[in-house]
Amino acid sequence: MDLLRHVRSDVAVGYGGSARLRPLEFLPWIFAIGVYFLAPNYLPLGAYILIMILFALSLDLVLGYGGIVTLGHGAYFGFGAYVAGVLAVRFSGDPLLGLTVAAVAAGLLGLATGAVILRTHALALLMLTLAITSIVFEVASKWTVITGGSDGLHSVPIKPILASFKFDMFGKTAYLYCLAVLLAGWWLVRCVVHSPFGMALAGTRENDARMYAIGAPVYRRRLVAYSLSAALAGVAGALLTHTTQFVGLSVLTFELSGEIVVMLVLGGIRRIYGAFVGPIVFLVARDYLAKQWPEYWTAGIGLLLIFIVMFARGGILGMLDGLVARIGKMKPGGTKA
Amino acid sequence: MEAFLSSLVSILFHGLAFGAILYVISVGLSVTMGLMGFVNLAHGVFAMAGGYLMITAMQKLGLAWLPALLLACVAVAVASMVLERLLYARLYGAGELEQVLFTIGLIFVAVAIARLAYGPNPLAAPLPEYMKGQTALFGRTFPTYRVVVIAASAVLIVLLWLGLERTRWGAMVRAAVDNRAMAQSIGIDTGRLFTFTFALGSGLAALGGALGADLMAMTPTYPFEQLVYFLIVVAIGGLGTLRGPFIGALLIGIGDTACKYWVPQFGAFFIYAATMVLLLWRPQGLLGKAH
Amino acid sequence: MAALETKKLCKSFGALTVAENIDFRLEAGARHALIGPNGAGKTTFINMLTGRLPPSSGAVLLGGDDITGLEQPQRVQRGLGRTFQINTLFRNLSVLDNVALGVAERLGVASRMWRPASAYREVRDEALALLDSLGLGADAPQRVLDLPYGKQRLVEIAIALGLKPSVLLLDEPAAGVPSLESARILEVLDRLPADIAILIIEHDMELVFRFAKRITVLVQGQVLCEGTPAEISTDRRVREVYLGEGHG
Repeated sequence: MDLLRHVRSDVAVGYGGSARLRPLEFLPWIFAIGVYFLAPNYLPLGAYILIMILFALSLDLVLGYGGIVTLGHGAYFGFGAYVAGVLAVRFSGDPLLGLTVAAVAAGLLGLATGAVILRTHALALLMLTLAITSIVFEVASKWTVITGGSDGLHSVPIKPILASFKFDMFGKTAYLYCLAVLLAGWWLVRCVVHSPFGMALAGTRENDARMYAIGAPVYRRRLVAYSLSAALAGVAGALLTHTTQFVGLSVLTFELSGEIVVMLVLGGIRRIYGAFVGPIVFLVARDYLAKQWPEYWTAGIGLLLIFIVMFARGGILGMLDGLVARIGKMKPGGTKA
Repeated sequence: MEAFLSSLVSILFHGLAFGAILYVISVGLSVTMGLMGFVNLAHGVFAMAGGYLMITAMQKLGLAWLPALLLACVAVAVASMVLERLLYARLYGAGELEQVLFTIGLIFVAVAIARLAYGPNPLAAPLPEYMKGQTALFGRTFPTYRVVVIAASAVLIVLLWLGLERTRWGAMVRAAVDNRAMAQSIGIDTGRLFTFTFALGSGLAALGGALGADLMAMTPTYPFEQLVYFLIVVAIGGLGTLRGPFIGALLIGIGDTACKYWVPQFGAFFIYAATMVLLLWRPQGLLGKAH
Repeated sequence: MAALETKKLCKSFGALTVAENIDFRLEAGARHALIGPNGAGKTTFINMLTGRLPPSSGAVLLGGDDITGLEQPQRVQRGLGRTFQINTLFRNLSVLDNVALGVAERLGVASRMWRPASAYREVRDEALALLDSLGLGADAPQRVLDLPYGKQRLVEIAIALGLKPSVLLLDEPAAGVPSLESARILEVLDRLPADIAILIIEHDMELVFRFAKRITVLVQGQVLCEGTPAEISTDRRVREVYLGEGHG
């Protein structure tokens, strides 16, 4: 039972715990490598899932850990995707350069927009996140010269990574590329969440009145977390452009912003690994189900959300936790959870 | 100069019609948010239901325009009461994220049902003969239907304001918006108050949706597409008041119409930018209470 | 030089005046109580001291420096700590983390991102030592939510102490605590470091007379009188307004 205890990372490890890697934390990566060798036909879907996991991680930082309810994180994802695309078309298709520029650009957009919206709360903040996504969408849609308008940018020329690894048509390079970037992103989020900054962020989430009363610069901390999260979302967007050699208005829809929230909540917010489980389950299910019964898929997502809110707020990992706790109680000599 | 004045009048007129519809739909959202502190993103679902049900009533049941409209509103109000008692009420104490997720879930379900029942394409609202065509007013002609929209909304608004100021229900709502715990301790049954007010707000949304089907097209994705507008109206007006969203709706209605006419290449950009500036200056909205 | 001082502090909400020309001095190492009937404006006064509420006019001075224009976090950084009347804790975090957050802010490490929090031993050790001194050492890994109310009140005090304030404002520290547990709180209050200037708002007269060396009486936003407990308990005006009504 001890092995699984870390799955219950609802509260950050904190000043009194240990942030060492637990054995179970190697599982996702072993699984990912396994997919590479055992399911080569699914690599394009796999790459997309990896991208969405990174996107979900960035959202978890701001939503799960920061407690900032946003429905507009797609703005930074889409912005990063477009920046990568435009950069490749007009300047250089080097992927690592693209990632860096997208990160910086999305981070700056996050900083600028965050500075405004973090002065508001609740409904106004939520509405502003929608408004920002709409604004970015409008710009992408109307500035046809740069963005290709509603057609988007096709056949974006992406150079081989580090001048050696060419993107092949089976998606092998793309998959490993996404995996490597996800690894870096995951490590970054894990570090931040367990750091003193991450603890302070948890404080602003739990009780911001108290944070003011201990002398913390609440607004500034939130802004930093928001900008960091936006930069990460931008990297995920750039990955999508690099691996599909296309960027279009579909990266800036409300649908995508909503879907990523669903994916994260499905897996379980504020658990880091919820951001892994959610997209995998959601996207694999969608691959099978949505094509057959698209209407019922939409209705199903809606019912799933309602179900999660009513009965399973911790998502899949939350339910697993509950299950583990109950098994622990049933074993002879098992301690109460 | 002539042409400019003429187009200005036209913009004001159409902006007024749009603003009126926005108000009728959004006022329910503002009051229930101020009253129950509940972020109901699914408010647009009731507006959509009103529009679709009216169309069904006219086409399948053969009702005339007005009876169909009234039937749709009542049906939506009743259905919303059921939803409120069964589902919404469980989440009144819940956190903001839970409320957002729940209402988005509702939107998804409603969108799917609408698509299955009515197909993915926009549906036109059938108008009675006497509303088609033009009316002469102040030396100009205006589309009759829009005139009806403005007139009907004006009547509704006056009734609503009188209701809030003069009736017992209104007094209870104002008390509960101001201080819920206090209202409960003086014996106001907040549960029943919420249900009734929620039903009223949803009925009004249905009315606005049906009345405004010409301006805001009936498509299955209506609750998503129009959500930003409703939220902007409520946010810039301030929560929990009747007058707040009125000003908000007028500003947005006229502003949006003006922008789409004069600078169509920017679309709704200015509206969003103006909203951000306003909320930067006054985060609680124009008439809302400061935190 | 007083540890904390106000000069003609006023606050009005439109026509309603909740604080009028309050002149107040808190000496270094003081044990000072602020009492008054409900609605006298005590919490408003505290909120003006801490920066949560801006005054309509007048000044607040901390250690001789004018802090009237400073925001709450800035005043905290200069050594002004407070506890809240209603527990304002990080409910889902552990007791240790609750205190550690404040310590980390004070030590200036709270914005570091690259090493895990648990690597900052100095923060943890200081927080643990503080909790031990208040008898909460064993509760450190517990979630604050799971603690009984009386212990939560103590955590409230611990957080404030972790800031090493020069001035500490305690807003009804024993409020809502069942009398069995309040003895512990009184003990803790007795043993607070002598160099901290403490202002306590309380209704519990027993606590006030046991703890305070000076008492200020606030009535309807104005200072009625100020003096030693002996002086206050025999003051006729105070008896009329407050003590005479049999509250204890």
